Amino acid sequence: MEKAVEEIISEVIPILTKFTKPDMDVTADSHLMHDLDLDSVKVMELMMELEDHFDISIPLNALPDVNTVAELASEIAQLKSS
Amino acid sequence: MSLLSRLQSFSDKHAISESTSVTPLSAVTNKLYSATEGDINGRRAILLGTNNYLGLTFDEACSKAGKQAIDNYGTGTTGSRLANGSYSQHKCLEDDIAQFYGVDHAIVFSTGYTANLGVISALVGRGDTIMLDEHCHASIYDGCNLSGAEIIHFRHNNAADLEKRLKRLGDKTSNTLIVTEGIYSMLGDRGSLKEICDVKQRYDALLMVDEAHSLGVLGKTGRGLGQESGVENQIDFITGTFSKSLAGIGGFCVSQHPQLEVIRYTSRPYIFTASPSPATIATTREALKIIVQRPQLREQLWRNATQLYNGLQELGYELSPEISPVIAVNANTQENAMSMWTQLFEQGVYVNMVLPPATPGSRCLLRCSLSAAHTSEQIKCVIEAFSNLRERSTVQKKIA
Repeated sequence: MEKAVEEIISEVIPILTKFTKPDMDVTADSHLMHDLDLDSVKVMELMMELEDHFDISIPLNALPDVNTVAELASEIAQLKSS
Repeated sequence: MSLLSRLQSFSDKHAISESTSVTPLSAVTNKLYSATEGDINGRRAILLGTNNYLGLTFDEACSKAGKQAIDNYGTGTTGSRLANGSYSQHKCLEDDIAQFYGVDHAIVFSTGYTANLGVISALVGRGDTIMLDEHCHASIYDGCNLSGAEIIHFRHNNAADLEKRLKRLGDKTSNTLIVTEGIYSMLGDRGSLKEICDVKQRYDALLMVDEAHSLGVLGKTGRGLGQESGVENQIDFITGTFSKSLAGIGGFCVSQHPQLEVIRYTSRPYIFTASPSPATIATTREALKIIVQRPQLREQLWRNATQLYNGLQELGYELSPEISPVIAVNANTQENAMSMWTQLFEQGVYVNMVLPPATPGSRCLLRCSLSAAHTSEQIKCVIEAFSNLRERSTVQKKIA
């Protein structure tokens, strides 16, 4: 699972950078809203992109527990394995 | 952060103040001259920010029925129907609505908001799935949250995207409720209902359509997008409101499924709210008759919408995608939107300013809502006011 999450992080970051300002450094610990300055609308657009990329549907109910890039990757890993 | 500090922080961020300058948040209607003109903060203004699509707020028959209902039944019901019992007029209104839609079952709610909240939260629960169009109204999102079901949204008006998500659910689709709208409130565009019905039929899911903005506006007899699209028999639940075309307050759900009646015992927003007041029921019953008897109001509404849409388009503004009684003008930035709203108000035109996160795609919009009661002269005044805006050259057709 840990390896899967790391791989997913490496796939998530290039997608994430499409939604952040060009000079932002995105890491596994980056907080989506506080560090990367993503508002709720951008987070929704990001989710749609990730859903297409990983062929999953991310329930909106899961989002309140997803704050960082690592938590997002972990949620994706869980959805892919279920 | 303390509770009060959090509120103060919100107030500071959104520049909410008690100053005397007029903003959309501080505007107060002092007097109404008609369905389309009023005194707002001491200024006479054309009302272009209502949902009074058929202009019935001052209809004589509706007013008379409302006054008579107060005389006969009093000003309020003072309790919920489950606890205090129904008035005969509640049942009559439900019969009227069911007959209007050609179905056997109708339930009346105290507002359109509680109709969506009450129906969704009673239909689905933990372990079920809701698939909703991403542009759906907040009442639908809130109903989804109250239900405890898994909430998945699909791209706006994109039946293929919905199908992709239904496929991923596998055999869980029979426990899935799809939710869409007739006319979407922010951009005034119609839902892709026919295509969504095609997908829904293939996956054995249930479909609910909120016709709040399309009741009285679309369809041969005003039943909404389902009627216009010829797919009413494929819709499982239709919700709507009395506070737009019907010019009152309240909401409803209709269905061909007899199980709808059960939600009177399971829907908390239905049970734990006072039932609609006698005057509200009476005016709504009259307004429903008018929707059926006076199709010319609907025709006039669309003529008015076409006049304004074409006029604003000729001025070069970027507008919502189709001619509709809801026309959104893209202002590009919050500063532009505020400035344009103020200039319009100073010229005697009141529109809605709508900003992110309430708007799709983070747009900053000025939303104009037409009424059948607007005159051609009033619409010319509105177009003239838009032509005078300082931002006109900077927001013309350059916004993605």
